[in-house]
Amino acid sequence: MKTKLECKEVKVFYKDFQALHGIDMDIFENRVTALIGPSGCGKSTFLRTINRLNELIEGTRTEGEIYLDEKNIYSNEIDVVALRKKVGMVFQKPSVFPMSIYENIAYGPKIHGIKNKGKLDSIVEKSLVAANLWQEVKDRIHKPAAGLSGGQQQRLVIARVLAVEPEVILMDEPASALDPISTSKLEELIGELKKQYTIVIVTHNMQQAARVSDFTGFFLNGFLIEYSKTNDLFVNPHDKKTEDYITGRFG
Amino acid sequence: MKKNKLSEGLVEILLRISAGASVLAIIIITVFIFYKGIPLIAKVGIIDFLFNLKWVPTNGSFGIGAMVIGSLAVTFCSLVWSVPLGIMTAILMAEIAPPKLADVLARFVELLAGIPSVVYGFFGLIVIVPFIRNHLGGVGLSVLAGAIVLGIMILPTIINISRDAILAIPKEYKENSLALGATHYQSIFRVILPAASSGIITAIVLGLGRAIGETMAVLMVTGNAAVLPDSLLAPVRTMTSNIVLEMGYAAGDHQAALFATGTVLFIFIVILNLAVSISMKAGTENGN
Ligand SMILES: Nc1ncnc2c1ncn2[C@@H]1O[C@H](COP(=O)(O)OP(=O)(O)OP(=O)(O)O)[C@@H](O)[C@H]1O
Ligand SMILES: [Mg+2]
Repeated sequence: MKTKLECKEVKVFYKDFQALHGIDMDIFENRVTALIGPSGCGKSTFLRTINRLNELIEGTRTEGEIYLDEKNIYSNEIDVVALRKKVGMVFQKPSVFPMSIYENIAYGPKIHGIKNKGKLDSIVEKSLVAANLWQEVKDRIHKPAAGLSGGQQQRLVIARVLAVEPEVILMDEPASALDPISTSKLEELIGELKKQYTIVIVTHNMQQAARVSDFTGFFLNGFLIEYSKTNDLFVNPHDKKTEDYITGRFG
Repeated sequence: MKKNKLSEGLVEILLRISAGASVLAIIIITVFIFYKGIPLIAKVGIIDFLFNLKWVPTNGSFGIGAMVIGSLAVTFCSLVWSVPLGIMTAILMAEIAPPKLADVLARFVELLAGIPSVVYGFFGLIVIVPFIRNHLGGVGLSVLAGAIVLGIMILPTIINISRDAILAIPKEYKENSLALGATHYQSIFRVILPAASSGIITAIVLGLGRAIGETMAVLMVTGNAAVLPDSLLAPVRTMTSNIVLEMGYAAGDHQAALFATGTVLFIFIVILNLAVSISMKAGTENGN
């Protein structure tokens, strides 16, 4: 098991407010790592340190180091654009661009310099197939993406990330807007994707964390309280606070 | 309770009266202009009226072709430079400048919008016209002078509406685009601007409407010769100027011809408004 991401003493400040207090966490390649914890504990903030998206928010400061394949992504030599190509992100609310399904998927590859029509076609198809969406949309890929259902849009967004061929995929509550059927499809998909990608997923649903993840980290008030194999964390939590949370006594 | 109902009823009646009054005013003006103008257009023939280049009203020759072209030329030339500049400024204000600078810029744009058109005209006459005369040739009073002054005047419209259109684009588009490894500029030009395009088109059309209808400033800097301009440096007369210049002494068919000019302008503006509502409708359909 190879360490894909090594986080060391990661702290994030929104102006004066400290949202993360020194997170140390190793994330492993081709595994699914779930982040759980009550609302406002810093899960999204942590996720967004991995693709350096927090820095879009004015007044945000990040301290510490995160090594992606042993390279510190917070060092000055890092090209943030190249980093974000390697670390894709699926947001909580699917946000499709106001263009066709095809153009949504082809957007990333085009940005990264692929112009050949045939190549783009095959990337679009491959990504949609991988995201379990191809069958449903193959007859209307040139229609506006906004016409898709919520669950389809979420898979479209995943396909859009896959089209860029990232190494790590961050997912922030990807199932929060989905019905049970779409959710189980998505979970199946995550199981498929981990063969090729390293996945970090934030979820409020503990059953979901238990079902899809290999490792789970429990966050509380900006601290990583406990981090271990999913099974260990749920069956045999070491920290009282973890136990309280997973048994539903608070949060 | 009862009192409340009563006052609500009164407010409603008041609102209805005001709405009715403004609609009535618009209808009366419209009917009047058409009533005065249409017979002359019919008499001269619409093709002749619109395209004949000879405007010698004292001689019974009513062709506003030179003025139609004059209006279009001045408007087009003003848009040519003010649209790109306005959109770029809007992008700068909405996406690139730090909030404080964007704020200062917004104040300046507001100021620009508040200056009366006669002041723009005066500025054009005192600064731009002599500059053209001394450095580019001709008398200075010209299409070019009109285009410069008009362009400045419609910049606030273009900037404000484009900026609002860009700001109205969900922040998520940008975040998603950046998260896919796009640069800030790629995100602006490939996602944000296309998403805002219907608003930007609206901005352009409204600017166009303002430019075509503007009178005072144009009158002061274009020289007003009722002939077809043969270069950017030649004087030109617009449809609006035509009405203002001659309404003081025109009578009979001549006066009717001025109303007919107004009718043509009116139809221009109506078409532009239609274009705006179509583009806005297209925008809401695309957006959601
Ligand atoms: N842009 C911001 N400015 C200021 N404070 C912020 C900002 N974003 C988040 N925070 C604060 O940082 C803390 C962590 O927020 P974060 O969004 O990471 O929580 P979360 O664990 O993802 O919560 P949720 O489960 O509700 O999504 C919260 O207290 C939040 O109020
Ligand atoms: Mg969150």
